[in-house]
Amino acid sequence: MNAFTFERLSRPTEAASAVAARPGAMFLAGGTTLVDLMKVDVLTPDTVVDVRHLGLSSIDVSDRAITVGAAVTNSQLAWHPAVRDRFPVLSQAILSGATTQIRNMATVAGNILQRTRCSYFRDVHASCNRRQPGSGCDALDGFNRGHAVLGVSDHCIATHPSDMCVAMAVLDAEVHTVRADGTTRSIPFGEFHKAPGDTPHVEVALAHGELITHVVIPHLAAARRSHYLKVRDRASYEFALASAAVVLDLDGDTIRDARLGLGGVATKPWRAVEAEQILMGHKATDDAFRDAAEIALAGAVARDHNHFKIELAKRTIVRAFATARDANL
Amino acid sequence: MSPRVLTGSETVGVRTSLRVNDTTHELSVDSRLTLLDALRDVLGLTGTKKGCDQGACGACTVIIDGQRVLSCLTLAAACEGQHVVTIEGLATGDVLHPMQAAFLHCDGFQCGYCTPGQILSAVCAVQEVHAGVPSHVTPDVRQTVNSTTLTDEEIRERMSGNLCRCAAYPNIVAAVRQVLSAAEAQSAKADANEVRS
Repeated sequence: MNAFTFERLSRPTEAASAVAARPGAMFLAGGTTLVDLMKVDVLTPDTVVDVRHLGLSSIDVSDRAITVGAAVTNSQLAWHPAVRDRFPVLSQAILSGATTQIRNMATVAGNILQRTRCSYFRDVHASCNRRQPGSGCDALDGFNRGHAVLGVSDHCIATHPSDMCVAMAVLDAEVHTVRADGTTRSIPFGEFHKAPGDTPHVEVALAHGELITHVVIPHLAAARRSHYLKVRDRASYEFALASAAVVLDLDGDTIRDARLGLGGVATKPWRAVEAEQILMGHKATDDAFRDAAEIALAGAVARDHNHFKIELAKRTIVRAFATARDANL
Repeated sequence: MSPRVLTGSETVGVRTSLRVNDTTHELSVDSRLTLLDALRDVLGLTGTKKGCDQGACGACTVIIDGQRVLSCLTLAAACEGQHVVTIEGLATGDVLHPMQAAFLHCDGFQCGYCTPGQILSAVCAVQEVHAGVPSHVTPDVRQTVNSTTLTDEEIRERMSGNLCRCAAYPNIVAAVRQVLSAAEAQSAKADANEVRS
């Protein structure tokens, strides 16, 4: 691990200034991504700024939204009574990821900014355009069973690993930030993460030194009927091969509105908007869900080892919607 | 007890006040030092084990401010002002914590390397059950779970962050169950006493 200066600050703008001032500086929250990747020399900050003590650790509940401080832990958010009641899909998504120890450390902002688990990204001896722009991508013709089939490019097929973000995407969360000069802005969740395209190293919409302060999850009455289904190689403590976050707004057995997010199969937290649209006004049958699933995966591009994910994702979507439909509320 | 002054090997030194098992240590440490290495190599508390050192095995689990976390992914410098409990701080003198006693009674280990992490994790898992919070396998996250109806699947899920290469899992589940049941019995007894008085 490279040597670094450690700083703990107490105000968000101070922390933003400290990182903005040095190209090699990074924010440290729970450490479950940063410390891990520093140990394997994938990330080599010269300055680490601890952002867990900036007064960004509260969850505020109102009729219009739940506002989540950036340093709230994954456990605190998943276990919060209002989150469990209003947004079960979010609570379920978080609880399906990692372990209690990791969720107790990892923060909400850190989860949003977590890096891919692609083994070539994590190996400094491999070629990876995301880690080192222009170096190539060993995953394209390598062992790519866990890699993405949606939002891929010829430069990167790394899967976005988050479960929480898939739920945040379907809930239309907004990411709020502050910069060194004190200016703030709100970024819609769907615009926050970037598909790799020609620039896989550009992962998110943040400028260097821009600090996430909180996330606003607007109230959505229909989200009481929501579900997160995660399919993986182990029963616990494993990343998704495919996952689906769904919200279903029913009028009797007719779909008024539907939302669908996908994880484990895409390069960013994936929202399948066209699939959502064809469900509206239809009966909530498994056949309708299958039609939506076909549309959601229509643009999928598989490599040597991950073709199975396309059918797996479709079945995951159908079961997630069916589970939400059949829930007793 | 007055704070002890200890010095780790330095490149970029950070002064930090580390409170471990109710003792405060004023340390000057390398910024790169993890809490795990600080506990073992600086403070000599070798009960906390280094397994994978990359957040995958749970052997290094400690309790910080009441929450179980991984000490291998925690920087020592970031622990300023927090209270760390390690396996050395669990017993009261020679009286074992109920979870330690349960692991002995249920034979919840073989080689013992993962055991300190297992026990600290299990202590918190029981507290989380008593707090009623759901896990991934809770059928409805709106429900409040309780220890009397908690399934073995729930215990396994809640303990999935602690790997045991000897695969002592059935006996670990039994140990957690024993502590949950004892707490349930104690609370039932307390309720009965309340009714009588």
